[in-house]
Amino acid sequence: MTSVYIVGIDMISFGRFPHRTLAGLGAEAALLALDDAGLAITDMQAMYCGNLLMAGAMVGQRILREIGQTGIPVVNVANACATGATAFREGVVAVQGGLYDLVLAVGVEQMGRGLLNASERSDGFVEEGAIGSGSMPAMFAQIGIEHTRKYGTTFEQFAKVAVKNHHHATFNSKAMYRVETPLAEVMNAEMMAYPNTKLMCSANVDGAAAAVIASEAAVRRLGLSARAVRVRTSQLNSNPYSEREFALTDFNQVTQLCVDAAYEAAGVGPEDLQLVELHDCFATAEIVHYENLRLCNPGEAGRLIDSGDTALGGRIPVNLSGGLLSKGHPLGATGIANLYEIALHLRGEAGARQVQGARLGLTHVVGGGPDMGSACAVHILEKC
Amino acid sequence: MTTLFPGGIPALPYLQIDATGVPSIHAVRCGICSAVLIGAPSACAACGGRQLEETTLSDRGRLYTWTIVHRSFPGIATPFIAAVIELEGGGALKGTLFDVVPEPAVLAFDMPVRLIFRDSGQRDARGRPFISYGFIPGGDQP
Repeated sequence: MTSVYIVGIDMISFGRFPHRTLAGLGAEAALLALDDAGLAITDMQAMYCGNLLMAGAMVGQRILREIGQTGIPVVNVANACATGATAFREGVVAVQGGLYDLVLAVGVEQMGRGLLNASERSDGFVEEGAIGSGSMPAMFAQIGIEHTRKYGTTFEQFAKVAVKNHHHATFNSKAMYRVETPLAEVMNAEMMAYPNTKLMCSANVDGAAAAVIASEAAVRRLGLSARAVRVRTSQLNSNPYSEREFALTDFNQVTQLCVDAAYEAAGVGPEDLQLVELHDCFATAEIVHYENLRLCNPGEAGRLIDSGDTALGGRIPVNLSGGLLSKGHPLGATGIANLYEIALHLRGEAGARQVQGARLGLTHVVGGGPDMGSACAVHILEKC
Repeated sequence: MTTLFPGGIPALPYLQIDATGVPSIHAVRCGICSAVLIGAPSACAACGGRQLEETTLSDRGRLYTWTIVHRSFPGIATPFIAAVIELEGGGALKGTLFDVVPEPAVLAFDMPVRLIFRDSGQRDARGRPFISYGFIPGGDQP
């Protein structure tokens, strides 16, 4: 199997663009990534397009209509909030397997405002409120409270995640929200589902990100090694059976399964990483994923956020982009946007939030929901 | 003391109401690994085994985790407690915890609860009541 590289990667500034088209947003990101690589759509041998909310609409083909219909295979991918990472991984796997030398992965989403709506039932019965809640803030609140049950994690510790990630976003011009949110402001914001306040929920935004994936031979042939970033491993899992799964979708075991496979395949451990972009769809999620990703021992996540080790300048900075909480969470774009953040640092191009000497970084996304199951994707990227 | 719901229709696919109006939750136990699964799966989610036997869930359980929902979808009354309940003898259900003040300090982990069936107050297009379930505090047997 060949080594696989990212030779071009970029994202559009996340925001709300109700007057633009989904394809137009994806096209902008695709061209940015191609320009970053110094390549053209005519160089691409396949395209992997991640989009969730319009998954039946051939979004990849629509994007090619905007940037060049070369007739290449297009694979349209949907995998909840792991959609973008799944599309990227499909590209990696195809190049790794020798099918192609150069492929394009795009993730794009246009979102409404407010809570993601549960689908309405045809018989008219409304489950929400009658059978608990199907909302995302509620599900991740229950996951946070499960952590409280096991380890005594406090509302304040969960809230500190939002303080940190909003701080990080002030250094990222592509983030949706770039304002400091002191602890009291986070804790006193409107309560959505205890303990997640509004400032502890990810921002619904429109966005797109794209990457050009290349084989080792293509990197050599085209002389792209200077800015290439190596994909050390690309892992994807679905949720294994868990005892309470009918009542509470699992994001813990699936992440542990995925990251352990990633560490083993890459031959590295959490101590070798200089930075992590993990799936902070809610502040409570970041806390549980510290442990799931082995950044600390079970039960130590509360202390880890208290210590400042996961903040800019700390031992293992997490979500320097501002994370989903402040950069924004355009579902299908998220899994490529976090690869972009790691690539920036490995290339030494992250500006004021640069992690000095970054050589290895990890990205993590999970997708899923009540009565759905879940997916987890983990990538480890290395400076060449 | 089973409440009867003649004429009611189940609000969920895994809820059943027999000819006399007795509601229950459909569940199976795996003959190989003993996992308790809600609904009527084709095979065991835990081990893939196909020897599934119908089983009766206990109506007694304990509060595993929870949240208090303050903002929900448009038109949904809040606050309410969205709970995850572990039932005695196996099986876990999500549901609304009724008759408890929706305050974090009140919600004790492992507090005993009872599974109840209830008229959800919602009606289908033909006016039939949707029968649903929920939880109330207290697990003491009479």
